[in-house]
Amino acid sequence: MQNLGIDVLFKGTNMLRLLGGLWVSLRISLIAVGFSIALGIPLGMLMTKDSKIVKAIARLYLEIVRVMPQMVLLFIVFFGTTRIFGWNLNAELASVIVFSFWGCAEMSDLVRGAFISIPKHQYESARALGMNSFTVFFFVILPQTLRRLLPTSINLVTRMIKTTSLVMMIGVVEVLKVGQQIIEANRNSSPNAAFGVYGTVLLLYFIGCWPISMLSKYLEKKWSNS
Amino acid sequence: MSKKEEIVRVDHITKRYEENAILEDFSLSVYEGEVVVIVGPSGCGKSTILRIMNGLEPVQKGEVTYRGEKVDGKLGSITRIREKVGMVFQSYELFPHKTILQNVMLAPVLVQKRDKKEVKEEALQLLSRVGLSEKKDNYPRQLSGGQKQRVAIVRALCMHPEVLLFDEVTAALDPEMVREVLEVILSLAKEGKTMVIVTHEMAFAEAIADRVIFLDAGHIEEEGTAEEFFRHPKSERAKQFLNSFTYDKVVHE
Ligand SMILES: Nc1ncnc2c1ncn2[C@@H]1O[C@H](COP(=O)(O)OP(=O)(O)OP(=O)(O)O)[C@@H](O)[C@H]1O
Ligand SMILES: [Mg+2]
Repeated sequence: MQNLGIDVLFKGTNMLRLLGGLWVSLRISLIAVGFSIALGIPLGMLMTKDSKIVKAIARLYLEIVRVMPQMVLLFIVFFGTTRIFGWNLNAELASVIVFSFWGCAEMSDLVRGAFISIPKHQYESARALGMNSFTVFFFVILPQTLRRLLPTSINLVTRMIKTTSLVMMIGVVEVLKVGQQIIEANRNSSPNAAFGVYGTVLLLYFIGCWPISMLSKYLEKKWSNS
Repeated sequence: MSKKEEIVRVDHITKRYEENAILEDFSLSVYEGEVVVIVGPSGCGKSTILRIMNGLEPVQKGEVTYRGEKVDGKLGSITRIREKVGMVFQSYELFPHKTILQNVMLAPVLVQKRDKKEVKEEALQLLSRVGLSEKKDNYPRQLSGGQKQRVAIVRALCMHPEVLLFDEVTAALDPEMVREVLEVILSLAKEGKTMVIVTHEMAFAEAIADRVIFLDAGHIEEEGTAEEFFRHPKSERAKQFLNSFTYDKVVHE
């Protein structure tokens, strides 16, 4: 049988380095997800208001994020702004900024969609029971919104994790980059390493994203009767 | 009935949507223990009146008083009045993420800060009264339309309202479910609950009403006891309206 090239991973600290790379990927995406949720929810709520100005600005923001490839955003922030403004931005921070910028836009749109999908009479029947705006929001509207938000936002999170593979383009040593380095270093001794190492990277992404998908499936099932 | 205390008064209300006046200088008083039925053609303003009574609809002129107290936009007063005025709408507006029991218990516990155990006991008792004890742990989507409306009535009752407003609560139901809901309302009337009911079920209206108000284009065209209105309508509009519920027998030539 052909050598699958997995053996290189057991040389020295290779496996540990790969896991370290995975941690870098997850760290970037999870911090960005955190910002996206923290900023995207209030922004999305703001977008449900009637103000034309807010709507126009939000629209513009969303369109910019949508049409720009994440890679171009990364280049602009990392190479472009550091030159022009002369500040010092390490690659990981630049990645977090770009991913938050992207995630926040998408998140706010999902939040907006979820909020406006709650029928108006849910507000009215709650108010008719004497609830004030605070209780209406926290006990009636928000729980229903979160349930509707769950599948789409989990999808966003996993997309963000997967897309972190781009950050190696600005020099962040994340899981894919570590994999590349290991393959390069062992080019002569194990020429099949590409298969084993990239295969393992794939598996690691799977291990990173799968529990999140499972969690969402579980919650969806638990909430499905509502 | 004339000596009974006035509970809700709608006083010289003017309500407009943009330029359209829906109600012009409209007044209506509801007295303790009375069942007022409002009927009238579609779009004449029946729902609007109920929503104004419950402070859900801002008005351009006039005021609503509750036992003499003015209901104004100020938060405290309006939520206090809504506790006392229960309302059930046409489409089932239960909270879909809560079980039947939770739907009923939410406001008494949250708004009235009542003891959870005591509220639960009462909620179960009310649910069993409308024949829905076994459904207490189900979610609204597992119930039929008629069952949901009965829960909505229980949910309003559990707040101990002094007046109940019903806005076409059977209009969205399949015909065979109408009765089970109307029976509940009839039993409340027998208990002497004060109610304002908007309905298109004329037989029900005649059976339950102490006073019928016939509304046309935002004003009271005719008013009287059930007997007077349904048996001896005075105005042409009322006669026309009542006729629209009967059909002439087809005669084959
Ligand atoms: N939000 C709104 N904006 C503009 N016009 C409205 C609004 N709500 C109601 N109207 C108008 O006010 C009038 C009275 O409406 P209302 O719902 O009170 O009628 P209704 O008597 O309850 O009718 P129905 O029997 O069909 O329920 C209607 O002509 C309606 O078109
Ligand atoms: Mg109506």
